[in-house]
Amino acid sequence: MNLSIGLTINGERRDIVLDDPRITLLDLLRERLQLTGTKKGCDRGQCGACTILVDGRRINSCLALAVSHDGAEILTIEGLAQGDHLHPVQAAFIAHDGLQCGFCTPGQIMSAIGLINEGQAGGDPERIREGMSGNLCRCGAYAGITEAVLDAQKVLSNTKTERAA
Amino acid sequence: MNEFDYVRPTTLAEAVAAAATPGAAYLAAGTNLLDLMKGGIVRPSKLVDVTRLPGLDRIEKLADGSLRIGAMVRNADLAHDAAFAKDFPAIAEALLSGASAQLRNAATVGGNLLQRTRCGYFYDAASRCNKRAPGSGCDARGGDNRLHAILGWSEGCIATHPSDLCVPLVALDAMVEIEGSKGRREIALETLHRLPGTTPERESVLEPGELIVAVRLPASARAFAAHSRYLKVRERTSYAFAIVSAAAGLVIERGTIRQARLALGGVAPKPWRAQAAEAQLAGSAAAPGAFGRAAQAALAEAKPSGDNAFKIELAQRLIVRALTLAAQGTPERIPALPASPFSSPAGAPHV
Repeated sequence: MNLSIGLTINGERRDIVLDDPRITLLDLLRERLQLTGTKKGCDRGQCGACTILVDGRRINSCLALAVSHDGAEILTIEGLAQGDHLHPVQAAFIAHDGLQCGFCTPGQIMSAIGLINEGQAGGDPERIREGMSGNLCRCGAYAGITEAVLDAQKVLSNTKTERAA
Repeated sequence: MNEFDYVRPTTLAEAVAAAATPGAAYLAAGTNLLDLMKGGIVRPSKLVDVTRLPGLDRIEKLADGSLRIGAMVRNADLAHDAAFAKDFPAIAEALLSGASAQLRNAATVGGNLLQRTRCGYFYDAASRCNKRAPGSGCDARGGDNRLHAILGWSEGCIATHPSDLCVPLVALDAMVEIEGSKGRREIALETLHRLPGTTPERESVLEPGELIVAVRLPASARAFAAHSRYLKVRERTSYAFAIVSAAAGLVIERGTIRQARLALGGVAPKPWRAQAAEAQLAGSAAAPGAFGRAAQAALAEAKPSGDNAFKIELAQRLIVRALTLAAQGTPERIPALPASPFSSPAGAPHV
């Protein structure tokens, strides 16, 4: 059963032929398109390592069939930096030691961008921790992650204000 | 995961026709279905993708004042709809206490109603489970069962229904609109899920091929908006299923409860409406004595199904807490930790 779908991945339009409807967005990215920045942790929606943005919203790519997302716009960790210029959330994770081994980091960063876009947390660290609870970190870098998200949120809202001015 | 055919119908009629084949299953976000398929727990031969069906992703107020929520509305969109959260704060709080932000962005209202139990023995293909393999037995009895049911269970199955959303919905008399090959019908949410009895594999009254298309809340459900809470005790403060949860809604006039709504989650094979407790509360002073009597009435029929007698006491205390907080008034904003007993206003008694 061949199924043709179109996706825009990190700004690039891709026509993709799926030979099997079982392929998840995660497996498509990692195994077929060599975009291995998105990580496979539990593969069951429990750890958040596979978090990507689909049409601007963070989801677990391990629990999303690729074929069902025909036409979607996908943003992965590979699509964030502009050359050597890191996305503010990436830079904040480095500045605040929001990682140790780094395996969960792409998912943490994509989830943080989703959270900031949702605009629900404000500057409340408790709301940020709650909003990031779908991303597990076995190294326990949570304190740094929360600080990174708070900081990146400030940077991004300042950038927005400057653009508006 | 087993192999399956995939179809993406563009009309409701096509979807219902496609799902008439034995072995077919509807696919919405797939946040529960794909998990079950990866574990080999369910093995559909065909997936009918209903995510593109027109008109199922709307939240609309009908002429009679009721609110119609399309089955494909995503959990996060419903919870963050300002008008919805103002009228139905306990539902918004329940939604935001469930799963993670990523899952809430994907998961749908219809899918939430039909999600399967999280009983570990149901998920473990090597265990005996009457729900997964009828007649095979139940390894949860005599197994690790401290989180299992205390109400409505049977010798054949002691699993609980894991939904948060369903708990305030059933308290507020939600209706479910269902499309099938014989046309449209509607039933009360309270009658959607079946108790296990001797057929735990039959979890709802849906016929094969029937599709939930919407959930409707009656206009009268808005009466509880000023005094509504959802509280949920979990083994961690976020991203965990309920051990016990409670949705409480009150209409209070000069200190007297005119109407009460109460339902429990995590305690039974279905969202559990506590009507005996509601009757106790109506006409009483909104005070601790009445809340305690209501809690006792709600759990009067409860009995442990294993190492879970503690859930009876826990449920009673949570009911008192939920009613106390509801009587104090719905908070202006959903707490930072939605539905958490650790996130309530200063001065409230600890569970």
